[in-house]
Amino acid sequence: MQTFFIVAILVLGFLITFQIAKASEYVAVLRGYERARKQTNKINGFLLLAFLVLGLIGVFYCNEQLKGKILGAPASDHGVLVDRMLYVTLAITMVVFFVTQIALFWFSYKYQESDKRKAYYFPHNNKLELIWTVIPAITLTILVGFGIFYWFKITGPAPKDAMVVEVVGKQFGWEFRYPGKDKILGKKYFKNVNAAENNPAGQIWEDPANHDDVFVEQEMHLVVNKPVQLVIGAKDVIHDVGLAHFRMKMDAVPGTPTTMWFTPTKTTKQMKEETGNPDFVYEISCDQMCGKGHWSMRGTIIVETQEEFDAWMASKKPQYLVANPTKDPSAPKDTAAAAAPVAAAVIR
Amino acid sequence: MSETSTIHTGAVHAVHHGDHGHGHHEQSFISKYIFSMDHKTIGKQFLITGIVWAIVGGLFSVLFRLQLGFPDQTFPILETFFGHWAKGGQIQPEFYYGLVTIHGTVLVFFVLTAGLSGTFANLLIPLQIGARDMASPFMNMLSYWFFFLASVVMMSSIFVHTGPASGGWTMYPPLSALRQAGDGQKIGTDLWLIAMALFIVSSLLGGLNYISTILNMRTKGMSMTRLPLPIWAMFFTAVLGVLSFPVLLSGAILLIFDRNLGTSFYLSDIVINGEILPNEGGSAILYQHLFWFLGHPEVYIILLPAMGMVSEILSVNARKPIFGYMAMLGSMFAIAILAFLVWAHHMFVTGLNPFLGSVFVLLTLLIAVPSAIKVFNWLTTLWRGNIRFTPAALFAIGFVSLFISGGLTGIFLGNSTIDIHLHDTMFVVAHFHIVMGVASFFGMFAGVYHWFPKMFGRYMNNTLGYIHFWVTMAGAYLIFWPMHYQGLAGMPRRYLDKRGWVSFNQFTDLDKMITVVSIIVFAVQLMFVFNFFYSIYKGRRVMTQNPWGANSLEWTTPINPGHGNWEGEIPEVHRWPYDYGKDGREFIPQTEPVGANESKH
Repeated sequence: MQTFFIVAILVLGFLITFQIAKASEYVAVLRGYERARKQTNKINGFLLLAFLVLGLIGVFYCNEQLKGKILGAPASDHGVLVDRMLYVTLAITMVVFFVTQIALFWFSYKYQESDKRKAYYFPHNNKLELIWTVIPAITLTILVGFGIFYWFKITGPAPKDAMVVEVVGKQFGWEFRYPGKDKILGKKYFKNVNAAENNPAGQIWEDPANHDDVFVEQEMHLVVNKPVQLVIGAKDVIHDVGLAHFRMKMDAVPGTPTTMWFTPTKTTKQMKEETGNPDFVYEISCDQMCGKGHWSMRGTIIVETQEEFDAWMASKKPQYLVANPTKDPSAPKDTAAAAAPVAAAVIR
Repeated sequence: MSETSTIHTGAVHAVHHGDHGHGHHEQSFISKYIFSMDHKTIGKQFLITGIVWAIVGGLFSVLFRLQLGFPDQTFPILETFFGHWAKGGQIQPEFYYGLVTIHGTVLVFFVLTAGLSGTFANLLIPLQIGARDMASPFMNMLSYWFFFLASVVMMSSIFVHTGPASGGWTMYPPLSALRQAGDGQKIGTDLWLIAMALFIVSSLLGGLNYISTILNMRTKGMSMTRLPLPIWAMFFTAVLGVLSFPVLLSGAILLIFDRNLGTSFYLSDIVINGEILPNEGGSAILYQHLFWFLGHPEVYIILLPAMGMVSEILSVNARKPIFGYMAMLGSMFAIAILAFLVWAHHMFVTGLNPFLGSVFVLLTLLIAVPSAIKVFNWLTTLWRGNIRFTPAALFAIGFVSLFISGGLTGIFLGNSTIDIHLHDTMFVVAHFHIVMGVASFFGMFAGVYHWFPKMFGRYMNNTLGYIHFWVTMAGAYLIFWPMHYQGLAGMPRRYLDKRGWVSFNQFTDLDKMITVVSIIVFAVQLMFVFNFFYSIYKGRRVMTQNPWGANSLEWTTPINPGHGNWEGEIPEVHRWPYDYGKDGREFIPQTEPVGANESKH
């Protein structure tokens, strides 16, 4: 019933508008088309000016309303660079925006049709053209220079002491692998992936580097002020590791590993205090369309101190031992014989 | 067909046929309105098909905006219409992504490519260069009918049980290559690919025709530098299309192979839903290169015709020559060249080599220079003019405003450092909707209002036109301006419900506002469509040959030109088309010889 009323009101509103529009056309014809046209010209000229004024007020109002809702200070070293570039660009474009928009609407208003004025024949002027070729070119050179400088800083090689974490996207969640004590991620092969046999990452167990690798899902732990290099991959379709608070982003492409590195500078606890939100958590958002669950493909990151991280890591069992319980020194010895065929099956 | 021979002889032996007028050759309804080879009719066919698609695309955006604005509400009426796609009155994720994908595809390709350059290249090229028809009217007709076929296939994909393609309009594999990846990746994606292949054929047939017509069939005296700017714009558009669409076709064909023939062009190392696929060695990124090698020029394929028409309309209504004709040409040329050299700025975060990325930053931001030149030239064209605010002129002014706003945010995204943060967020959505979507639509509306009298011999209703302009203008900014803030907050694109997120859940009221405004704006577009069709039959009749007091050749044809455009000889051209306000005269048509005492420009 409600829908019916809405439709009825819309149709009615439309009919009224249409009748007025038709009537105004008849009136215009009766009163002399030229005269009516000049009158509407004045109205539209005024509206253009009004649009400019209201629009500028709107721009400020919108900023007042929403500036508190965008992200606060960045939580990584690279984020600082990204934000600085952003605000430099914002300052420059804002000047251009105000100058050109005001000129556009002001000229439209000022030079609206009038019987007293004749249009000025002004087909070209090389000096003006030169000015507005050179000035934008110089400005953009500055922006390009800064941009590329920061870009190389951010995409350059990771520091030697960076910790390495493997991030893998799948429909619709995140998997992480830590290299363990040897700091080397063991080799893997996608045809080894077998969730039923506790090998979700497809690790090759013959590679000893794999024996201490720790596998976790959905929640990644990082150490504050310690550079981290993410080695990123995907199992099925393209995903994207989006880290809004760190201002970082990198696609996860099946078959083509990618990397990115940064240094988180604030712990989760610190951020809870800064934002005043006790539920605050760093989120990993999938930023590349990946299927029907794209919008809910969420992971979390806990940034903590080295001690907290070590304690967390100590509570995890390497995936090798999860998949091959017989190899676990802490496990009872008598199961070794029974488990051997399982391990063989995993290796295939 | 007798029709074909008439056109050819008509063009070649125009002198002998000087007196052929209306009613000379009776045409059947089919050859006049359906399988027509008259460029004007084909243009109208493109326009009306484009309008139908625009309604579909716009309606889809209203539907998914309902979900975005009111994720916690149910709309039982949706279930009535869409069945299991809106179970319980809630738009299901598969349906949502289908809507988004078809919205993007049809608006970018079917409306703003075919509907925009298809309409105005067809209508304006022969009329403004002084030709009786296109170089090959038959190919021109085929171009429309391939587009029609593409439309039929695309439309049919909406009605299949598993739904239309839903991988986003960019259709990235492996998502689009794997049937296991979701419902929309089943038959819907195959239909999408077939429709796009047909569309590309249509676009190539049209484009080759436009180029050869402009180069070869100009009337006497119409040198290239006397062409009106819309023609130059259509020319560059056609060149861009002819060079880049085949690359998309190759990308689509490889994708069809990967989907159906077991090849591994884009596929490698895939485990999907626990199933291990045999493919190895392909590169998913290859597709993105092929796609964006078209995809970026495509942006200019959409924008250039709007720029050209806006230049013409601003000049005519400011009663003043376009400022810097040669600079306008030069900047369009620069844009056309650079359009091919910037595609990888869509791929900064795909793991692209950072050095390569930096080259693309440089080339991308370079495009801002010709764009800036164009903006300043438009501003100077208005300066000290005597401006008549016809609906067309208002939309042209609105175009410039939107082009500035959207162009400036492009400087953010083209800079790879900032793009790391803003890539694939709502900021991108806001940026390209303003600069490419709404701005080009404004160019198209300006064109429709301006050349409607030439198309149908009647005017559209002005009052409805003004309402249309003001609501759309205010609505466009209300919808897309605040959206930038969502992007600055890092909110990703294509998220249909943000309630599960800590970082992106703060814009509930904003999303509601945007949805309400977009519904209003959509309703006003329907009013425009009504005005369009109503005015074809009932609009005020055009009484003079040259209602806007314009210089270009289309206004020297009869009010309702027949096939062949001019009765008698095609007029000769003696000057450029922008002599407005020269030597105290309001306008001097191109056909008027240069007087002895006339001042030089």
